[in-house]
Amino acid sequence: MTTRPDLLVVTDLRTHFTTEVGVARAVDGVSFQVGMGETLGIVGESGCGKTVTALSILQLIPSPPGEILKGSSILFDGEELLKAAPARLREIRGNDISMIFQEPMTSLNPVLKVGHQIEEALRLHRGLSKSEARSAGVALLAEVGISDPEERYDCYPHHLSGGMLQRIMIAIALSCEPRVLIADEPTTALDVTVQAQILDLLAKLQDRHGMALLLITHDLGVIAEVCDRVVVMYGGQIVETGTTQDILTRPEHPYTQGLLASLPGSGDRDVRLNPIPGTVPSPVNWPAGCRFRDRCPVAEERCAESVPELLPLSEETTRLARCWRVGSIGGPVEGST
Amino acid sequence: MRTFIARRLLGAIPLVLGIATLIFFVVNLAPGDPTARFLNPNTSPEAQEQVRVNLGLDQPLPIRYVRWLGALAKGDLGDSFSHNRPVVDIIQELLPNTLLLSFSAIGLAFILGILLGILQAVRQYSLLDSIASMVGLFFYSMPSFWLALMMVLLFSYGANVWDWPIQFPASDVQDIEYAFFSPVEKVQDRLMHLTLPATSLALVLAAGIARFTRASMLDVIRQDFIRTARAKGLSEPVVIFRHALRNALIPVITLVGLYLPFLFSGTVFIETVFAWPGMGKLVVDSILERDYPVVMGGTLVFAVMVVVGNLVSDVLYAVVDPRIRHD
Amino acid sequence: MTDRRRVILSALLPGFPQLAAGRWGGGGLSLTVWLAFVGLLLTRWARFAAGWGGPLDHKIASLTVVAGLIGAWGWSLYDVSNPGGVKQSGVSQWSLAARAFRKNRIAVAGVLVVVWVYLIALVTPLIAPHDPAAQASLLTARMVGPGGEFVLGTDDLARDVLSRILYGARISLSIGFVAVGISVTIGTLVGAVSGYLGGWVDTVLMRFVDMVISFPRLVLLISLSALFDTNSILMITVVLGFTQWPGTARVVRGDVLSLREREFIEASRALGFSRRRIILRHVIPNVLSSVIVVATLAIGNVIVLEAGLSFLGLGLLPPTPSWGSMVAGGRDQLLGAWWMSTFPGLAIVLTVVAFNLAGEGLRDALDPRLRT
Ligand SMILES: Nc1ncnc2c1ncn2[C@@H]1O[C@H](COP(=O)(O)OP(=O)(O)O)[C@@H](O)[C@H]1O
Ligand SMILES: [Mg+2]
Repeated sequence: MTTRPDLLVVTDLRTHFTTEVGVARAVDGVSFQVGMGETLGIVGESGCGKTVTALSILQLIPSPPGEILKGSSILFDGEELLKAAPARLREIRGNDISMIFQEPMTSLNPVLKVGHQIEEALRLHRGLSKSEARSAGVALLAEVGISDPEERYDCYPHHLSGGMLQRIMIAIALSCEPRVLIADEPTTALDVTVQAQILDLLAKLQDRHGMALLLITHDLGVIAEVCDRVVVMYGGQIVETGTTQDILTRPEHPYTQGLLASLPGSGDRDVRLNPIPGTVPSPVNWPAGCRFRDRCPVAEERCAESVPELLPLSEETTRLARCWRVGSIGGPVEGST
Repeated sequence: MRTFIARRLLGAIPLVLGIATLIFFVVNLAPGDPTARFLNPNTSPEAQEQVRVNLGLDQPLPIRYVRWLGALAKGDLGDSFSHNRPVVDIIQELLPNTLLLSFSAIGLAFILGILLGILQAVRQYSLLDSIASMVGLFFYSMPSFWLALMMVLLFSYGANVWDWPIQFPASDVQDIEYAFFSPVEKVQDRLMHLTLPATSLALVLAAGIARFTRASMLDVIRQDFIRTARAKGLSEPVVIFRHALRNALIPVITLVGLYLPFLFSGTVFIETVFAWPGMGKLVVDSILERDYPVVMGGTLVFAVMVVVGNLVSDVLYAVVDPRIRHD
Repeated sequence: MTDRRRVILSALLPGFPQLAAGRWGGGGLSLTVWLAFVGLLLTRWARFAAGWGGPLDHKIASLTVVAGLIGAWGWSLYDVSNPGGVKQSGVSQWSLAARAFRKNRIAVAGVLVVVWVYLIALVTPLIAPHDPAAQASLLTARMVGPGGEFVLGTDDLARDVLSRILYGARISLSIGFVAVGISVTIGTLVGAVSGYLGGWVDTVLMRFVDMVISFPRLVLLISLSALFDTNSILMITVVLGFTQWPGTARVVRGDVLSLREREFIEASRALGFSRRRIILRHVIPNVLSSVIVVATLAIGNVIVLEAGLSFLGLGLLPPTPSWGSMVAGGRDQLLGAWWMSTFPGLAIVLTVVAFNLAGEGLRDALDPRLRT
């Protein structure tokens, strides 16, 4: 694999929420890098802190109750975003780094025409006039595969389907040719057939524009289709990283193995074969030691006391896992095929 | 949209008719003889009976009801017992005053309330938010007649005693020498007379509107599309005013219709306190004088205004929210 | 603090241990009741003792003092000696709501004020410095300013404003309480019947409700009160009670509509229970929480309305000390005696604010959708 200069470097990100029942450590020491033009997947079950990680990058965490702790660092092209002035951050948002969200139905403003919502970023960041923005916007709609773009441009969101709206979200995100696109579960809320179309579209657009893509999903199947490298998250932490190939064929952490085992061989993605028993614990009280211990089929006594840092699995520094048994438990877990 | 309005207007007819019926029977079934108030008790019984016949009071109730409705359909509300004038004339004279007062008050209330509500929502949990909530609750719980008196005490009498630069008049719609004023002075004079009554009326409503706007705004600010707007790099004022506010106002608009009955109840007090010659005062005075035609006519006008106000609020609602379709 | 010391402390200063433990709802109430009533006994012993042989309201006042003292003392002592018993934390709807409510300090303060306003109204004969109807010398004591012998001044008939406000509290609160009782009962029944039966009954009832709601309430009230001579407390209460129910009916109907689809109602229907029984036994208890909220908020509303009618001269007439007519009475004396209108109005505002705070706290606590 060719090494690419790192565009986005997240180091020891900690995002906590103050809630009535205590402090929710939703993201708790996450580090990763995304290279130029690279596609990094972040995978993990619901509640693992993926969305909070993504929102933290653009500092869109509602505060209060959320807070990104001191000591966290997010470098974008060498610039520390966590120290950037609000005005500078607004310059970056939607222009250098943009984001699409899980729920296209609720992510667009219901009382504004979609065209207007596309134009906003263009006019703000590119300084286009109203008519320039309109023709650019219509072209974008065509590019994301919307038929009759002129007509759709003047629609309100409630006139359009979920898949169509997600295409519009993508058009908005791409409007200023960002260098990083963060896609938070872009297909989860969509029909299965539409899911594949949107993924194809993302992959195609990434090729064409050469941006880095941070693709968040709970579905390893999606990862397999588009990602170069994968970060597996559990309990607000990274439990394993590696190339897509490695993660899919030689998963080291029991959690990754569990995710993989729950993936159907092919075809209908909605049927889970062997789901991991139990649920993600609450971020207000993560278990001591390994956070996956309660659900882990191979947990040992020492897992209750402590958990290792991310350990390198080989000379390659990009292949890491957070488990005492790293190296000794390779291969798929029993029960999977 | 036009058919929608037409349909709503048609739909309002039974409501107005129902209200008219209710008014008619409440007023006419009440104990007490209307003629007793303005007839000298010493007049002969025959003369008294003659007056009743002239007023139509000798007829059985159902007949009077049908007659009243028939006249109503022709735009005739009968003659006032005590003023010897057609009720329609009296209303024509006083209605503009009430409309001026109500429109100013409701406009002021919505502007104040919405601005304060936005500010509170944007600065949720701040000191300003808690103080505004508390102060708002006080205004919200205040009888408007007392607030009006306190306004008079402070800004009219008090301002005089303490020599404040501005001192507002405490009664009537205009100065006694109004006729001799220059046009500019006339406008000024009307505004001065309007300030205290409209503010008293508006503050109570504004407190409620601010609470509602705050809640609605907080609800909207949490939503996904606001996050999208921020993710585009839009500045906070744009996010709040272009993206959040319009959504937050959708439920607030229903308050226009909801608050109208309160507003008109308020005008009754405010007009009484400020000796403002309007419909509210007219209705109260007429009730005390048992001037039935005026009571019925005035109340009906209030009811129609409420119905129209509700219609306006429905139309506004449809204008602001593109998801509502009327076809 | 050891248990023994806590018990002794709570015997001397009931409520203090609870207050110290941060439970200032119950603690604050019993401590303030205890201190105030002990103080009252010390300063007004003669009146207290005379109360037992006096007129009914005087008897009730003395009884209230005794009951308040015993209540505060007993509750605190019981609470201290059964630490587990009171702190029990169930998960029923009501105990969840109670816990949510206790967290809402402002709402608890509202309830405290409401309870205190009622207590003051009850013990008024013991504490009022003057007879509310008695006129002092019209030459020397007419429109005397606040401070001095007349704490809140005197009115144009040389009557003590403070005493009149205190007596007015009894009238406002009783009218509020009874009128809301009437309106909530009617509203709940109409709403439950309308929502449960549906069909044309629902259509007719709700049309009527719409009509009354879209009608300037005050105009209706004024008509009714002028035409039916509401100058007696009974009449004004009845008129207020019979005009306020549509709001309750609408809320209850909404609740019932969603309730109707729930299993246990379906089950009782399947078991063949009569509609009457289902409505009374199953539907109404389940809408109780909304009704409580509506009722609490409505009391404030009714107090303002009564004051308004009295202000217009359509409610209680002088010399009955009603807050509304006191404000009206001061209207013509605004220049010479500002206190005549100001203080009764403040009494209204304070009382209504307390009811609104309590009501909103209850709504937040009882509405599970708002609970986080
Ligand atoms: N605004 C918030 N307040 C409190 N807790 C939050 C908030 N947002 C997210 N969390 C918590 O952070 C955890 C991680 O959430 P999220 O990042 O959305 O998970 P994922 O996207 O992986 O499904 C969740 O347990 C959630 O409860
Ligand atoms: Mg998520």
